[in-house]
Amino acid sequence: MLLLFALFMIGTTFSVASASTKQASGSLSRSVAIDEGRQIFLKGCSSCHGLNAEGGSIAPSLIGVGAASVDFQVGTGRMPMADMTVQAMRKTPAYTPEQVAAVAAYVASLAPGPAIPGSEIVNYERDGSTAEGGELFRTNCAMCHNFAGQGGALSQGKFAPTLMESDPKTIVEAMITGPQSMPVFSDKIITPAEKLSIIKWIKAAQVEPSLGGAALGRVGPVTEGLLAWTLGLGLLIGIAVWLATKAR
Amino acid sequence: MTAKEKALGNVANYVDERTGAAAWMKKNLNKVFPDHWSFMLGEVALYSFIILLLSGVFLTFWFDPSQREVLYQGDYQPLSGLKMSAAYASTLHISFDIRGGLLMRQIHHWAALLFMVAMVAHLMRVFFTGAFRKPREFNWIIGVGLVTLGIVEGFLGYSLPDDLLSGTGIRIAEAILQAIPVVGTYLAFFAFGGPFPGEVFIPRIFTVHVLLLPGIFLALITAHLMLVWYQKHTQYPGPGRTEKNVVGYPLMPIYMAKAGGFFFIVFGVIAFLSTVASINAIWLYGPYTPGQISAGSQPDWYMGWLDGLVRMAPPLETHAFGHTISWNILIPGLIVPGILFTGMALYPFIESWITGDKREHHLLDRPRNAPNRTALGAMSVTFILVTLFNGGNDIIATNFSLTINQIMWFSRIGIFVLPPIAFVITKRLCLSLQRADRDLVLHGTETGTLLRLPHGEFVEVHAPISQVDAWKLTQHEQIPALELSTEDSHGVRRGNALRNKLRSRMSQAASDQVAKPNETDLKELEGH
Repeated sequence: MLLLFALFMIGTTFSVASASTKQASGSLSRSVAIDEGRQIFLKGCSSCHGLNAEGGSIAPSLIGVGAASVDFQVGTGRMPMADMTVQAMRKTPAYTPEQVAAVAAYVASLAPGPAIPGSEIVNYERDGSTAEGGELFRTNCAMCHNFAGQGGALSQGKFAPTLMESDPKTIVEAMITGPQSMPVFSDKIITPAEKLSIIKWIKAAQVEPSLGGAALGRVGPVTEGLLAWTLGLGLLIGIAVWLATKAR
Repeated sequence: MTAKEKALGNVANYVDERTGAAAWMKKNLNKVFPDHWSFMLGEVALYSFIILLLSGVFLTFWFDPSQREVLYQGDYQPLSGLKMSAAYASTLHISFDIRGGLLMRQIHHWAALLFMVAMVAHLMRVFFTGAFRKPREFNWIIGVGLVTLGIVEGFLGYSLPDDLLSGTGIRIAEAILQAIPVVGTYLAFFAFGGPFPGEVFIPRIFTVHVLLLPGIFLALITAHLMLVWYQKHTQYPGPGRTEKNVVGYPLMPIYMAKAGGFFFIVFGVIAFLSTVASINAIWLYGPYTPGQISAGSQPDWYMGWLDGLVRMAPPLETHAFGHTISWNILIPGLIVPGILFTGMALYPFIESWITGDKREHHLLDRPRNAPNRTALGAMSVTFILVTLFNGGNDIIATNFSLTINQIMWFSRIGIFVLPPIAFVITKRLCLSLQRADRDLVLHGTETGTLLRLPHGEFVEVHAPISQVDAWKLTQHEQIPALELSTEDSHGVRRGNALRNKLRSRMSQAASDQVAKPNETDLKELEGH
């Protein structure tokens, strides 16, 4: 199965015709995966997205969303949705990585769309720049995801999730597919090199040490004010009461 | 007399002959102050202010209040090589390179938060106990002035590092300035020396923050304390305490030791907070650029209510004679705060006008014995809490799975509905407590001992409360409502009928009381 997955990975990036013998086995395994993906799709997704992924009144069409979108939504457990009230929540994935890959292959086979990012993103550590990534993050991402990537509120209960658990692949997938309320940051808007910098900054933010004491959630002055009123004033009033009692 | 005592005496004599300090010292060092924990809230504010002065001086040694652009080459890697203002770079330098710099920054900021917390807590104590009444109205106004200046000073202070969060705050301040009809735009240009953000604003607010406002603070605090000294401190009612005396301990040695010790305790608590909890981690915010903004951008708590008001304002705008009036900023940003603070400053005069009470008061009220005032206070606190709640709406929404829209609508409706509800509930609570006090005086405390009477009835034995307690529960006066006749002695209708009617109604409301037990009640009780 793992082999099949590896082959599929090769297969999806293999869009240019080449004369090698791999092509036959590649397209064969791809069609197997597509078929398996279609079966999973019919059972788990089609009730909302339609039998041919054409969408319906409650769910969008998946034709042309690409493998990256499926990998992001299903791979992080957001799809299938637990409830449809606000937005898809991150949770334990319902499918194994192989099954996710199969569905992704099926959806990708319907029409061309963004592919799952390949091995180039593992080089973020080498090719990215944290400082530049921070600038890009604050310009493009912080308005929703907060200055430290802690996430933030959007209108009507929607929200930008925290990025403290995101891995490089899902970060790139989110940028190129624009899941839920997120806009698409295509390679023209943020170049692949810049994306690596953003990843590098987010990975640094995930392990950012708590300089100066407890970080208080890294959400700004609200928690600081709360602590001043509770712990700060509480301690001082407690001591004042004690001092006034002692005097008697 | 030992040689040591003689030497000390000689020194004291030398000083006294040249300054005449002995008589003054003798009088003032023996000055008596009453003792209660709630009287120490103002002290907390004072000590926080001293800590602010000390830590602030330390920070000025390295802070560079300039918006000149520099390239950051310091130790903090995530910002390395970025362009930023010298103000931001020097704050990073203080945080990461100066020994104890980060601790000092955090002490300065936590002290600022606690300064405001303590001032507001002190203000509430003074309000709810009626300590603002004659002759202390001026001191109340000075106090309101200190709170107002504290808000401004705090805002300017956290704006200095020129980080992304505080820059956003300055942008909002500019918007509020611009919302002033007709002259707003000119004022904004004047303050920023051109279009936002310019290069002069940080240097200017630095001067205001470290020179002008601390100077005014020192003057006002001195006046505040001198008035407390001159007018004597108020005291809670108790045996032997009257409007004409002060029962407590002398300044020397009791309060010298206590206040001195308490200063170090306040310093300790602030230092403790500063070591365990991070505050205003500016390196996480990044340098300010007008093109950037972070989710959940919030001001410090003492500005949070203002932010909450602005956030709940509906989008209203009018265009007239080539001018735009942004009601959505003007009303919550300037008009409502103006009304709030003016009302607060004038409250002592309003209350004395309503009750007609023009006498001096040195004994404090128990909040329950002034139900109308206590209810007004609860109403104001509720108002502020609703605005604060809305000010943190995005943080609350994400943490408690609510929506910003729900919170906004809750606040928009709650701001009108909840304060009156708080008023009614508080007033009823006060009256209930008065009733409980009356019961306690007349029937004593429950002992838990049950007695079976010969005919089978069970009664609980009540023990009478001590005379001291009974006195505490009955010493307050209950001012009757003003009787404002609509006609003068000649039977001619008075002018200002509407004003008199209003005053009469408010006086009626202020005099709602459960009658405290009097001698007739007690005698009647003894009868059966």
